[in-house]
Amino acid sequence: MSVSYYVVLAAALFTIGAVGVLIRRNAIVLFMCIELMLNAANLTLVTFSRINGTLDGQIMAFFVMVVAAAEVVVGLAIIMTIFRTRRSANVDEANLLKY
Amino acid sequence: MGSNVHFAAATGWLSTFWLLIAIPLASAAALLLLGRRADRWGHWLGVTSVAASFGLAVSYFFALRGVDERSAELRLFDFIDVGGLKVDIGLLLDPLSVVFVLLVTGVGALIHAYAVGYMAHDPGRRRFFAYFNLFVAAMLLLVLGNNYVMLYVGWEGVGLASYLLIAFWYAKPAAATAGKKAFLMNRVGDAGFVIAIFLMFATLGSVNFDDVSNGVGALATGTATVLGLLLLLGACGKSGQFPLQTWLPDAMEGPTPVSALIHAATMVTAGVYLIARSHPIFDAAPDAQTAVICVGAATLLIGAIIGCAKDDIKRILAYSTVSQIGYMFLAVGLGGVAYALGLIHLLAHGFFKAGLFLGAGSVMHSMNDQTDIRRFGGLWKPMKITWVTTGLGYLALIGIPPLSGFFTKEPIIGAAFDHAGWLGAVVGGAALLGAGLTAFYMTRLFVLTFHGPRRWTPDVGQPHESPPVMTVPLIALALGSLAAGALMMTSVVDWLTPVFGEHAESSEHWLITGATMAVTLTGVGLALVLFRKGTETEEQPAGILVTAARRNLYADAVNETIFEMPGKYLTRALVFLDNRGIDGLVNGLAAAVGGGSGRLRRLQTGYVRSYAMSILAGAVLVVVAMLAVTLG
Repeated sequence: MSVSYYVVLAAALFTIGAVGVLIRRNAIVLFMCIELMLNAANLTLVTFSRINGTLDGQIMAFFVMVVAAAEVVVGLAIIMTIFRTRRSANVDEANLLKY
Repeated sequence: MGSNVHFAAATGWLSTFWLLIAIPLASAAALLLLGRRADRWGHWLGVTSVAASFGLAVSYFFALRGVDERSAELRLFDFIDVGGLKVDIGLLLDPLSVVFVLLVTGVGALIHAYAVGYMAHDPGRRRFFAYFNLFVAAMLLLVLGNNYVMLYVGWEGVGLASYLLIAFWYAKPAAATAGKKAFLMNRVGDAGFVIAIFLMFATLGSVNFDDVSNGVGALATGTATVLGLLLLLGACGKSGQFPLQTWLPDAMEGPTPVSALIHAATMVTAGVYLIARSHPIFDAAPDAQTAVICVGAATLLIGAIIGCAKDDIKRILAYSTVSQIGYMFLAVGLGGVAYALGLIHLLAHGFFKAGLFLGAGSVMHSMNDQTDIRRFGGLWKPMKITWVTTGLGYLALIGIPPLSGFFTKEPIIGAAFDHAGWLGAVVGGAALLGAGLTAFYMTRLFVLTFHGPRRWTPDVGQPHESPPVMTVPLIALALGSLAAGALMMTSVVDWLTPVFGEHAESSEHWLITGATMAVTLTGVGLALVLFRKGTETEEQPAGILVTAARRNLYADAVNETIFEMPGKYLTRALVFLDNRGIDGLVNGLAAAVGGGSGRLRRLQTGYVRSYAMSILAGAVLVVVAMLAVTLG
């Protein structure tokens, strides 16, 4: 199996995630797109770990997962609070923090 | 002469002569510190302290006669001791300073007593006496210091006291302004004096009188000339000489005893003292001497001309003071035997001018503090004592024998004619003309004040003679002007010989005596003819010369145009530069940063996705940069 398949897949996943973050308005979708990007990064980490025969990349992937889990907890809580006060999960409407 | 000056150390009774300064100084401090508690008796403390100093001064005078060197030097303690500069708090009593000490304390005590009466109704009388005592202490320090720095300390002290006393009635704007004017014009002169002291230290390595006297012979003539001119500038400032004369007449805004003591008898003669004390420097610099002569001659004419046109009794006397000090400058500038002539004229002037001012004060006292001689007249009848004493002072000033002015002024005119070359003839002529003008304006003042029809303003009421505490000093000063002349002519010149050295007696000038008397009598006669019948009570239109004289020969206008206007414009330009230039730079920078941030702030839109876009853009940029680096 060629490395390039994995890397191309990871790049495709990352691009989908990035585009999703940029063009979607729903906070939940945004969130899932972020997860997608994180996992794309995880995929490259594990790939190169496997190729190089070291465990460093896999350990790093675990760290990313842990951080992502913590982020989900905090992020979902924020999204819920916003939804409660504004009756909407549209990120463009939550624009009070500006100039 | 002046090649080996040595002062003997003070011994015995003479070693206590620091008390002369300490007593008035302590009294001044007590009066200032005790405050209102001393209001009831403070003025008597003031009088007593100066009288005590006078008593001591007389005893030191006799003690000094018993010393062979005729000098007593007292080094009290170190003042400044850095590197090569060593200045002691040191005092020197020699024939020159003892003459001044006697004048300051003697005339000072009389004027202090007079001021008790004159200031009786003034709520600030204690403060007045505190400043008056401070003045006496500073003046004594000035004449008793044994080096130029001590002299300078006293010099600034009398300047301070003069300022405080001119502006004594500080609520009166004219008085406050006059005080500031005096202080500022004195600063101009003081700058010259200070630089002279620096120069002395730089070239001679010492500021002591004896070291300077002994070392000046080795100086280059150019250095000595510069030193002399700088000292002359200092003397001109303090003594109200051309071109720094305009502060002195304005100083008459102070109480009359101040005018009498400070601005007639003592402080304004400090310039003469400075030049007389520095005579070795001037002897070594003929050009500086010529400058002194020219300043003296110019000032004596300026003062006399303006005196003829003024109507304010105190201002006439002030310009008369300017003019008489001009005579003294002329004398000390001539050098040689004329040093002593200048000093005896100074002594005689101290007596009769103080008497004249006190007489003017007595007149003002009974005339509701008016000073306009056009509104006096016929005062001889209600004020007999003032009339007689002022009359004696007047005759002494114009130099009628046998009063003191005759013995002191006429020899100066003679000495001026003796001076070599055309300069002697010019300054002699100026001095002779000045004598005539003096006779004219003083006769005008005397006749308009005491004789002729009464031109009193309606609010005056019945003029009355002043109380004895004021008339007794008047009588004493009048007796002084009566007797002093002959006494001084015979003995003071001999007494001062140790200071100025031996000089051949100048030849007798019967011709000049006659000419002086003729000019004087002409002046008196002319004034009598013009003013015997009184004068107009309002200012009349007049020709160019009189108008110019009424405006002080435009000296104030010249000062304003040459010094004040450029100063004003310079300040305005600087303020403009400061507001627009410096402030503009700082404010402009702040405005630019503020405006720029205002624009930049708009980037913070609050839309999360646009932030994400920037982050992505940044990440792409980084990747591109890394690729460029690795592939390139």
